Amino acid sequence: MKQALAIVVHELKVFLSDRRSVIVGIVTPILLATFFGFLFSGAGKQDTAKIPVLVADADGSAVSRAVVAGLGADPLLAVTPATEAAAREAVRKGKAAAAVLLPKDFGDNSVRAFFGAAKAPEIALLVDPSRATEAGLVRGLLSEKVFREASREAFGGSSGTTVLEESLRNLEADPAPSTPERETLKQLLRDVTRWKESTKAVPDGAGAPARGPGTAVPFTLKEEAVTARRGVTYNSYAHSFAGMGIQFLLFVALDFGIAFLLERQGGLWKRLRAAPLSRSSLLVGKALAGALVGLISVGATFAFGIVVLGIRIQGSIPGFLLLLVAAALMASSFGLLLAALGKTPGATRGLSILAILLLVMLGGGWVPAFVFPEWLRTVTLVLPTRWAIDGLDAVTWRGAGFVSGALPATAVLLGYTALFLTVARLRFRWTDG
Amino acid sequence: MTPALEVSGLRRSYGGIPAVDGVSFRVEEGTIVGLLGPNGAGKTTTVSIICGLLPPEAGEVRVSGVALAGDTDPAKRRLGLVPQELALYEELSADDNLRFFGALQCLDGTRLASRIDDVLHLTGLSDRRRDRVKTYSGGMKRRLNLAAGLLHDPDVLLLDEPTTGVDPQSRNAIFESLEALRDAGKAILYTTHYMEEAERLCDRIVIVDHGRVVAEGTAVELGALLPRSTGPELDVEARAAIALLAARGIAVPGLDGGTPRLEEVFLHLTGHALRDER
Repeated sequence: MKQALAIVVHELKVFLSDRRSVIVGIVTPILLATFFGFLFSGAGKQDTAKIPVLVADADGSAVSRAVVAGLGADPLLAVTPATEAAAREAVRKGKAAAAVLLPKDFGDNSVRAFFGAAKAPEIALLVDPSRATEAGLVRGLLSEKVFREASREAFGGSSGTTVLEESLRNLEADPAPSTPERETLKQLLRDVTRWKESTKAVPDGAGAPARGPGTAVPFTLKEEAVTARRGVTYNSYAHSFAGMGIQFLLFVALDFGIAFLLERQGGLWKRLRAAPLSRSSLLVGKALAGALVGLISVGATFAFGIVVLGIRIQGSIPGFLLLLVAAALMASSFGLLLAALGKTPGATRGLSILAILLLVMLGGGWVPAFVFPEWLRTVTLVLPTRWAIDGLDAVTWRGAGFVSGALPATAVLLGYTALFLTVARLRFRWTDG
Repeated sequence: MTPALEVSGLRRSYGGIPAVDGVSFRVEEGTIVGLLGPNGAGKTTTVSIICGLLPPEAGEVRVSGVALAGDTDPAKRRLGLVPQELALYEELSADDNLRFFGALQCLDGTRLASRIDDVLHLTGLSDRRRDRVKTYSGGMKRRLNLAAGLLHDPDVLLLDEPTTGVDPQSRNAIFESLEALRDAGKAILYTTHYMEEAERLCDRIVIVDHGRVVAEGTAVELGALLPRSTGPELDVEARAAIALLAARGIAVPGLDGGTPRLEEVFLHLTGHALRDER
């Protein structure tokens, strides 16, 4: 064991003597994690970019103008009037997320369609397929504005009155025999007419024509971020630091694996193997050293996040520390596995970087796993990175406890550590140095 | 008397091609044995088997009469390896390097500190012990490479071409260190391509080729293997001139008055054909 400890101390000295390794292991994850955290935080919401939307109003009616004004007043949208051709071109070039084309006679037809007197007019929504999320938001907001303004015109506007009177006249002039349904409809139209006469028109802003109150969406939505406890705000940096922390743990481990391969190519390997040193001591020493350096990296990363960016361990602090240790051991044994399976440092580095990026991406390190499709969320549970990142999320911003948040992930990570070390021990080429 | 190192019947092949094919020799205490051979002759494989890097397919290695068994056999501490490559951590100081290598040999505390002092003194590196190895000259690195192999005070020293790329001053310093070690009773196996090194240092020489020992003996004994020159009769002045050249290290093949150089013997035994590494 003394020899293994000597290897640990020695590897730490080697790591700290190489400034490049220290920078890669500590500064880079802090920079990347800060960037990703800022990206997903919605920090400075006033500055958040609005969704660019173009509107081509071929109607120019009170209803269409009200819809355009409603969209323009929405804080999420940046609405610009345009011709249909210009709008189509802007969306094609990706300069706008979506474009709304309001057809001629849109106002009249929408009110008529409201009383079943005409076919509903068709609004064209042009969308950039690469911005599906934003397009979905525009679709929802557009539906709400159109419904609101068409109903307002139907029940309070002049064209609504005309359509009502016309519909009532047509029904009364119809020579067909009376049926209970026709009588009910006539009564409804008369009631609406009386209601319109009895209600005062509501002024709709300076210079705008007076219009009725219209139909409103029958609910309001209160959005609440569910975090550890009430009053605790979500800190998006917690997730990005977990993701980047794990990613750079793996990169540090890769550096260790590559250094091990380089040792094998030179006389250092001969010197190590010529010493009365067991294979297990050698591997355990290397694994512990890699884990310690990894802990320095991920510890410094989280320390920066806690001190500078306000990340808080809302759940179990011992669980958080245990998870970091387990993740560092898993990553370190992964580095030894790479050294055992790799033939040359160059080839091993290329393939390993790809493997690490996939592991982190599919483990939810770049974007949270909850945005994955259901099947992918299930499949990625086989990855240790998924457990590590979910575990760190659980004990930081979700506020999970030791048993529920940290233990399952720790068990999985230690299981992978044992697996990686066993395979490395079996596959390592001990005798061709 | 039991030899410090005894190698008997070593065999090892790669892909069915024998690299070492029944090699046997011994190194007594207080002697330097040179292991000579062309590229691919099996020298490095033999050294690797001796220090436990490779298991032999047949044969055995005995150190002071004890056969080595397994990675952790304490008898391995009786062996000191100086690999051909510079086996050093360039980012660390000589002190840090030696402290680590000493710990691998189970040295610690005052014993380790004392041994570090000794080997740095022996190799003339005490003044630079705290400097990073990457600031050393090639010769200094070679001397530190030697110091690391000596650190645990092994009985048997295995040197695999220890003077590759070394300036004459450092080479001479290494020779003096090795001669001092021999005088202190160490058994040294010295692998080299340089015939003049073998002639200067080695008490006995083992020439291997194609994995087999093709000749063994002192330089004089090996010289006797060379067919006698059938050159012209020389008068006294000519013999004196050739002797003078020989004393200055300049050989005149076939006209050296009956004292063939080791290189001639080597080429006679292993041929003139070019060899590639296996």
